[in-house]
Amino acid sequence: MVTADDVWAALAEIPDPEIPVVSVVDLGVVRAVEVDDRRVRVEFTPTFLGCPALDVMRDAMAARLAALGAETEIEVVLDDSWSTDRITPEGREKLRVAGFAPPAPREAAAPNLVQLQSSVFRCPYCGSTETKLENIFGPTPCRSLRYCETCRQPFEQFKTI
Amino acid sequence: MNERTRRLLELADDELVLGWRDSEWTGIAPSLEEDVAFSSIAQNEIGHARALYELAAKELGTTADALAFDRSPEEYLSAPLVELRRLEWARTIARHYLYETADAVRIEALAASDDPEVAGLAAKIAREETYHLMHADLWVDRLLDTDEGRARLREAVEELWPYALGVLDDELRPVWAERVRARLEFELPDVEPITREQHTEELRELWEEMTSVRRSVAAGAEW
Repeated sequence: MVTADDVWAALAEIPDPEIPVVSVVDLGVVRAVEVDDRRVRVEFTPTFLGCPALDVMRDAMAARLAALGAETEIEVVLDDSWSTDRITPEGREKLRVAGFAPPAPREAAAPNLVQLQSSVFRCPYCGSTETKLENIFGPTPCRSLRYCETCRQPFEQFKTI
Repeated sequence: MNERTRRLLELADDELVLGWRDSEWTGIAPSLEEDVAFSSIAQNEIGHARALYELAAKELGTTADALAFDRSPEEYLSAPLVELRRLEWARTIARHYLYETADAVRIEALAASDDPEVAGLAAKIAREETYHLMHADLWVDRLLDTDEGRARLREAVEELWPYALGVLDDELRPVWAERVRARLEFELPDVEPITREQHTEELRELWEEMTSVRRSVAAGAEW
């Protein structure tokens, strides 16, 4: 018999295909797990809708749970339930260590350019807050490019969603 | 087709077609930063199109891919603004600004809808589009800052204005047009919108390209 804990533990082994230091559980894209004997239902909430990693993540989750001997259904929930606030504290720390600045918390109002252009974002290499926005967009839709004035290191900043 | 499905398809077709057009800058944009920006924006728009097609497909008993690629060009509901092929930077920025601001008004209205599926997806799309709006706004600031930039933006906006007026319906258009007029500091004429029924020749050319892989599979090709 498969338990919900088994399912969460199995999902925690699945890396994000683009940033493999974090798992799908660290990212917070698993919204719910329901287990009924051998039947497992997982609610999956996409990060960015155009993220090419989504199908890879969904297929990897299905394959991993099938290996547990579970009959799996993965429901993709297309609403606003994923936010960068769902990245776990462990996930944020793993991102920082890998050189990605974690996202700022989501606020009631949408993020704006003045915030992004302010220097408050912390450099993941030296910890300085003397950083500037280089480009709103980066190598994937979820990231922006920043530059640290203190250690002169460009780095990637997660966008707040 | 009911009103809900028609609205979803209008939005999805706009995002698919514009995503395609934006991706035409990949590799050739005037700077590396803009190459990256337009490639990301294109990726987002096509992601939005896919999610919207999925909602519409449930209603119509078909699939997102079939809606995206198996219809004839005449069946698309896209606005001519997004169909135009304009590989010229001022026009690209003008369209980007006009489209993103109009799109924001429409998404805002959908997010307030009492249909939970539509409202939920619209709220998600709005979060991503915030960054497109910021990017467009930054460019408007930059272009308005010099005489040459202002002149080129003005010329491009004037050319695209009747097309841009065709994106929103009669109810939402005035709110948006007011915002644009307030932002751009130059007069914009009252003209008739070029509406969704008036497809451009460019859509047909795009359709040929966009659906070629899908059609080749039907004809027996393997990829």
